[in-house]
Amino acid sequence: MKVGLFIPCYMDAFFPNAAIATLELLEKLGQDVYYPLDQTCCGQPMSNSGCNKDAHDTEELFIKNFSDCDVIVGPTGSCVHHIRDNFDAIEQTSEVKHVRQNTYELVEFIHDILKVREFPWAEFPHKVGIHNSCATLRSLRTASMSELGEPFFSKPKTLLSAVKGISFAQPQRPDECCGFGGTYSVTEEAISAQMGLDKVRDHHDAGADYIVSADTSCMMHQQGCAERNNVNIKFIHIAEILNGARS
Amino acid sequence: MSVKPVAHAHEGAKFLEEKAHYHFHDERLWDVRQKRDQEMHILPEWQELRQKASEIKEHTLANLPEYLEQFEKNAKANGIYVHWARDGEEHNRLVNEILQSHHAKSLIKSKSMITDECEMREYLEPQGITVTETDLGERIQQLDNQLPSHVVLPAVQKLTGDVAALFAKHYNTDPNDNDPHSLTEAQRQAARPIILNADAGMTGGNFLVAETGSFVVCTNEGNADLSANVTGLHIATLGIERIVPRMSDLGVFIRLLSRSALGSPITQYTTHFRKPKKNGEMHIILVDNGRSDRLAMDDFWSSLKCIRCGACMNTCPVYRRSGGQSYGAVYSGPIGAIIDPTFNKTKYSTLPFASTLNGSCTNVCPVKINIHEQIFKWRRVLVEEHEIPFVKKEIMKMAGRLLASPRLYRAAIKGTNVALSTMPRFILYNYLNPWGKHRELPHPVKQTFNSWYRQNRLKSAQKQSEKGGQVQ
Repeated sequence: MKVGLFIPCYMDAFFPNAAIATLELLEKLGQDVYYPLDQTCCGQPMSNSGCNKDAHDTEELFIKNFSDCDVIVGPTGSCVHHIRDNFDAIEQTSEVKHVRQNTYELVEFIHDILKVREFPWAEFPHKVGIHNSCATLRSLRTASMSELGEPFFSKPKTLLSAVKGISFAQPQRPDECCGFGGTYSVTEEAISAQMGLDKVRDHHDAGADYIVSADTSCMMHQQGCAERNNVNIKFIHIAEILNGARS
Repeated sequence: MSVKPVAHAHEGAKFLEEKAHYHFHDERLWDVRQKRDQEMHILPEWQELRQKASEIKEHTLANLPEYLEQFEKNAKANGIYVHWARDGEEHNRLVNEILQSHHAKSLIKSKSMITDECEMREYLEPQGITVTETDLGERIQQLDNQLPSHVVLPAVQKLTGDVAALFAKHYNTDPNDNDPHSLTEAQRQAARPIILNADAGMTGGNFLVAETGSFVVCTNEGNADLSANVTGLHIATLGIERIVPRMSDLGVFIRLLSRSALGSPITQYTTHFRKPKKNGEMHIILVDNGRSDRLAMDDFWSSLKCIRCGACMNTCPVYRRSGGQSYGAVYSGPIGAIIDPTFNKTKYSTLPFASTLNGSCTNVCPVKINIHEQIFKWRRVLVEEHEIPFVKKEIMKMAGRLLASPRLYRAAIKGTNVALSTMPRFILYNYLNPWGKHRELPHPVKQTFNSWYRQNRLKSAQKQSEKGGQVQ
């Protein structure tokens, strides 16, 4: 199985360590990982702003980069959601359909496809609060949603529970959006930042040392809010913990 | 005259600055959302009920003319006058005519979003007719000359201190006495004579029942019953989408409505009106006001399923923090963001962008409207119809070009020590400038992942490739 590694634009630029951890983790899990050098972005910023036509060429480039992969894995829920559910600025050829149907978010790839439940190299002796981005939660459905009253499940928690020494903090509003929302974070920056601050405080008050997420965009925003307001909490991508990061 | 788009971001930011208001508003509505969750857990058939409600509404909307005609026939047989209003203006004219024919000068009215939608008070008052709201929250909003802030809790954005100040101005009460009991009593004393001496009563309504020609009004204060019964003349205004086929359908909606809205099993008063009082008159005005047009919109027609419970507002993290007034519309929150642009695409063009698309609204909606997907869809429509600012469009065009070209993109984020002055620009250009106003920028890194990969992995990957491996 040829696994294409998709590292989205902001992650490439701001969170290379999480991207490296993703690559190493997939390799540790025995995957044949291929990283197309010419990749940039999935087109989500344009599409979410309503400017879908402007996403055309970016989507085309994405297909060019990844169409010969059996599966594509991205350590980022909202981009995967875009590819799966809204990637329609270009003609829906069989190539495009193949890519859309075979793109996975990292946690769901490990949990559902590889079905790995053990990470013997991983140890993280800290209390973490899990942040499910809205895209992973409500669109990719990697965890149960409080609004629907369904039985509890959480793919990220199932994976993290296999890590030695880890413990979990339970925030008051586990499913509340952190306010990033792509371009929303700049068009309505005051409300967005308030949402981010409320979110990190909720985790902090629940006793979390770290906020862990499968979505770096939410974390980029939350980290900015925490630092500006001196909320003492750290951020880490789930791939880093599963790959064996200690702090 | 050019119409200016609602400044949601600006108004929302202003609301946030009033910290006490913001915290109360957020906590109060979150509390309601939690109560809703508790009620949901009590009913194992909750999802089934939602599905059923959605199906009934879809069926009804697909056969709307037939059910409305059936309703009209049965209501007339019950002795009710049935009127049809194409738009708000026609509605207001009809109300005025009915009132004039009874020489009625004072109208008491229970909460009804649709009369606000028609701007009825503004129309009637210059005709010499006083309109008094009988719902406490709606009366507070009326005295303050504001639109309702929430479909179920119209004055939820106000603290008791605000109400004390308002009542002091209008009722001469003590501005420092913000005890809810004495405020309620002050309202009671002020409103009672007006209500008891009114010439005519008006209500909205939650459901029209086609098979019986009756309608149902749900309130928690009993004020609709006051409005309907104090005088012999009862005018009821309802949107045409309020109809359900049979009496037996009501059970589904009544069970969902108050549980979704406030987390209470049922509204305190659920009143069925079937015919006029003895020697009285009952009029029903069925209002279209854009609803037929919306029904013809492929992507947005299902918003007509809405039963106005406000659950989407209570769960919406943006609404809870920006307050209902920031939407500048009769309908605020997520449902407003998809309904309002059907009234005016320019004025409400900002509202579908006042969302993070998190999807919680869709999950709580008792009739399963795909609210966040419609918000997403509206953005595309508004862009295509040139209803978003030119600068924003140009930025997205540039972003689209940049991100479609690996060469340009790499150039924009070139270097091992990524310069933050350049960095935020690469995704959205100057669009990210407001980022730092309330947040720190991301930390600079030594090297991008792409550059790390080229330096650390490319050679080994190429070697493997030369050996005939699959890796490129």
